[in-house]
Amino acid sequence: MTDMLSLIGGVCVVAGTALSLIGAAGLLRFPDVYTRIHAASITDTGGASLVLLGLCLIAGLSLTALKLAFVWFSIMLTTPVAANALANAAFGSGHRPRIGAFQIMRTDERRKTSRGTEAP
Amino acid sequence: MSYLFGLLLALSAFWIALSGETSPLFLMLGVLSVVLTLWLAARLRIIGRDASPWHRTPQILIYAIWLAGQVVKSNIAVIRKILGPGHAIDPVMVNVATTARTDLGKAMFANSITLTPGTVTVDVDGDRLRVHALVREASPAGSFAKMDRRAAAAADGRNAKGKG
Repeated sequence: MTDMLSLIGGVCVVAGTALSLIGAAGLLRFPDVYTRIHAASITDTGGASLVLLGLCLIAGLSLTALKLAFVWFSIMLTTPVAANALANAAFGSGHRPRIGAFQIMRTDERRKTSRGTEAP
Repeated sequence: MSYLFGLLLALSAFWIALSGETSPLFLMLGVLSVVLTLWLAARLRIIGRDASPWHRTPQILIYAIWLAGQVVKSNIAVIRKILGPGHAIDPVMVNVATTARTDLGKAMFANSITLTPGTVTVDVDGDRLRVHALVREASPAGSFAKMDRRAAAAADGRNAKGKG
């Protein structure tokens, strides 16, 4: 039983790490501050939640699991506040987001007009 | 006064859960830190009904579970945008109205928007929120109105549901 939980926990940790990696990829690919905040929130929510859930499963019913739950709770409360502050500071200092449909890969820049407007 | 006592109890339980120490020296340090935190909270005037909405715990818990589902859904949506073929995004900046009356309701709604990947609250002005969304389809007024209704109902109660 414990082995099973540890295994599921390990899978959760690996999946959370993968989500964090995807968030990092989005952070590099997206074009401006605001869209990059969206990518980072994958790491904040999906990545952190899955890693902490996995660690809880590995730790089992113990004080450690309770502490991990506290960590998760405080992350869920504080990261949106940080993202709000970041977006507000960017907007307040004059950064305007790029609006409208476009391709994020630079090599696709030429095809932007033909394919970018395809979005339903 | 009862809120001060409640905070005292909550902080003490929190300290014991985190430290697990029972030697007199550590208990003394614990009492010291609890008293210091209480004094700081009193100085900030955040002891009371507004700062500790215990009376709405069940509603807020139900809302949090619903929000977790939304977060999972939008996580998948944004991951598809990052990895998906074509990499086409369609960012928009929209104004969203909130029906929440209290600061708690507004803060919960604004933070819920930001916590959900793909949308971030940029500014709050009265009952208008400026929201940046990664894709246009994710931001029709309807999807925000639903979240707003739930957040306002959880934080403010039924009588504050308003025009939603």
